[in-house]
Amino acid sequence: MFLALRELSFARGRFALMGSVVALIGVLMVLLSGLSVGLVNDGVSGLQKLPVSSFAFERDVDTSAAFTRSVVDVDTAQTWAAADGVAEAGPFGLTLVNTRTDGGLDLDLALFGVERDSWLAPQVATGTALADEGQIVLPGTLRDEGVAVGDVVTIDQVGTELEVVGFIDGQHTFGHVDVGYVDLRTWQEVRAGVRPGENVPEHAYQEVSAIAVLAADGASPDLAAVDAEAGTTSLTLTQSFGASPGFTAETSTLQLIQVFLYAISALVVGAFFTVVTIQRKHEIAVLRAMGASTRYLLRDSLTQSAILLVVSTAIGVGIGLLLGASISGTDMPFALEASPIVGASALLVVLGMVGAASAVTRITRVDPLTALGGNR
Amino acid sequence: MTAHPVTTTTGLVMVGVTLTHGDGDSVVTALDDVSLTVEPGELLAVVGPSGAGKSSLLAVAGGLTRPDSGQVRVGAADLVAASRRQLAAIRRTEIGFVFQSGNLVPALTAVDQLRLPLQFGKVADPRDPMELLEEVGMAERAKRRPHQLSGGERQRVGIARALMTRPRLLLVDEPTAALDRARSQEVVALLAREAHQHGVATVMVTHDHDVLHHCDRVLEMMDGQLLPHTA
Ligand SMILES: Nc1ncnc2c1ncn2[C@@H]1O[C@H](COP(=O)(O)OP(=O)(O)OP(=O)(O)O)[C@@H](O)[C@H]1O
Ligand SMILES: [Mg+2]
Repeated sequence: MFLALRELSFARGRFALMGSVVALIGVLMVLLSGLSVGLVNDGVSGLQKLPVSSFAFERDVDTSAAFTRSVVDVDTAQTWAAADGVAEAGPFGLTLVNTRTDGGLDLDLALFGVERDSWLAPQVATGTALADEGQIVLPGTLRDEGVAVGDVVTIDQVGTELEVVGFIDGQHTFGHVDVGYVDLRTWQEVRAGVRPGENVPEHAYQEVSAIAVLAADGASPDLAAVDAEAGTTSLTLTQSFGASPGFTAETSTLQLIQVFLYAISALVVGAFFTVVTIQRKHEIAVLRAMGASTRYLLRDSLTQSAILLVVSTAIGVGIGLLLGASISGTDMPFALEASPIVGASALLVVLGMVGAASAVTRITRVDPLTALGGNR
Repeated sequence: MTAHPVTTTTGLVMVGVTLTHGDGDSVVTALDDVSLTVEPGELLAVVGPSGAGKSSLLAVAGGLTRPDSGQVRVGAADLVAASRRQLAAIRRTEIGFVFQSGNLVPALTAVDQLRLPLQFGKVADPRDPMELLEEVGMAERAKRRPHQLSGGERQRVGIARALMTRPRLLLVDEPTAALDRARSQEVVALLAREAHQHGVATVMVTHDHDVLHHCDRVLEMMDGQLLPHTA
């Protein structure tokens, strides 16, 4: 620490320059993390908040559009409910519709069809729960936009009228549109394209998009085995996010940017400490001639890198959080969450240390003999 | 008639030391069967033409280079038998180096330069940094960094730094190379005073014949051999 601290303060201009690069990367990390979480919230929070561990879709369905393509027989739910390690299994319908409220508001909705008394039924915070067909429960975010209990939502394609009976708390989305919960039978009629008053074809009430499955506490059911028995293809809840329109493209782009940022940061820090170590070569030779051990010199240099990285990352994350807080209130899909930010900062410091460590190991190759002779 | 001190209390003892550089066709003999004893409190000057082996002598005596053959002892420590790690520990506690232009650490103030050797490990009976700075006449400059000091001042701080751990042996490589006449006289006089006062065996390599009168003994290096100095 003796040398590390004094050198930090003596060459503060140089270290501040390096520190600001790390800090700026830290700012970017926080903003990207907020954007990632925001996009997930905006894209699939409706799925994320379901009490579900996996979905069973039609066998060999295209997993990038599983919810909208898959058709599964309702009775498959019984096979799943009977399987080992499964606590709950029930029919689940999902279809995208365009609607209009009687208040004149155009609403694109992801219609979730669930049995209204089942474990999948939405937990209503204001108004009442789904009690009958022809009712709809909407996310609290729409209440904030002026939709109220008693409003009527009309589905453009089929003209079905749904009465708003309640709201669930928070944001619930799928494919960047809001979720609307309806009773399974209502969903099946809409899905079959049945207009009010028309006859419902018999097969309509047999068909759903998927079987929603909840594993028993601590158990992990053998999805492949049950799939084989039930004739389905399972995706875990997280995997099923990929079936939300745009989700995979958005998240993989952001992930790629983050990976590049980590790599850049490690390389920049490595390059900086390589230059610093090369510049100190003669000084290090003198210190070794004076009897400083390799261990002492390595420890001192690594302490210096650690101080620089931790302080500058902390400053960067701090600035990032301030900026993020001001974005959070806007329409941008942006949400700050502690754990991804803590993880990103830790990774930034650790990768920076890897870069620094690979640079300062040059110390071990400095020959103290070079301290003798001219002042180079 | 005069009692010779027993070997173990001696500063530096070298016996039959040979050091060669290179291999195959181009072997250079830097030290050729050199034997040398430097008593505590003695200031020995080594002069000689360029390439004669003066720096090689310091490198071997300071445990920076292992000789091809021969014995090297500093006090009780055997530098030929010691491992690299043991050599570092011996350099830290038993040996002080003074380099050509001080070779101070740019980031440290004068007083911190003196504290530096105490950071590398435990030192039995270190000198007091401020007291030592006072002794070399640098107390007023204690808070200055190397770039705020003159060449002679840097050299004084360098000498003080080398003395912090009360070394048995002080090795000095061309201390006056970058100094004017007056400054050179002061620095070598300081070396002589410290050697005598604190009983440090001191070997100084120099090209500067005007400072030799401060020294207790002068030897001349010629083609790797140590000979008596012929003025
Ligand atoms: N690392 C090395 N590899 C090969 N030869 C070397 C090496 N170091 C020194 N020598 C040779 O050993 C001989 C003695 O070198 P040394 O540096 O001890 O001379 P010197 O007396 O200190 O000279 P100067 O007064 O120029 O500093 C020289 O011929 C030199 O070329
Ligand atoms: Mg030399």
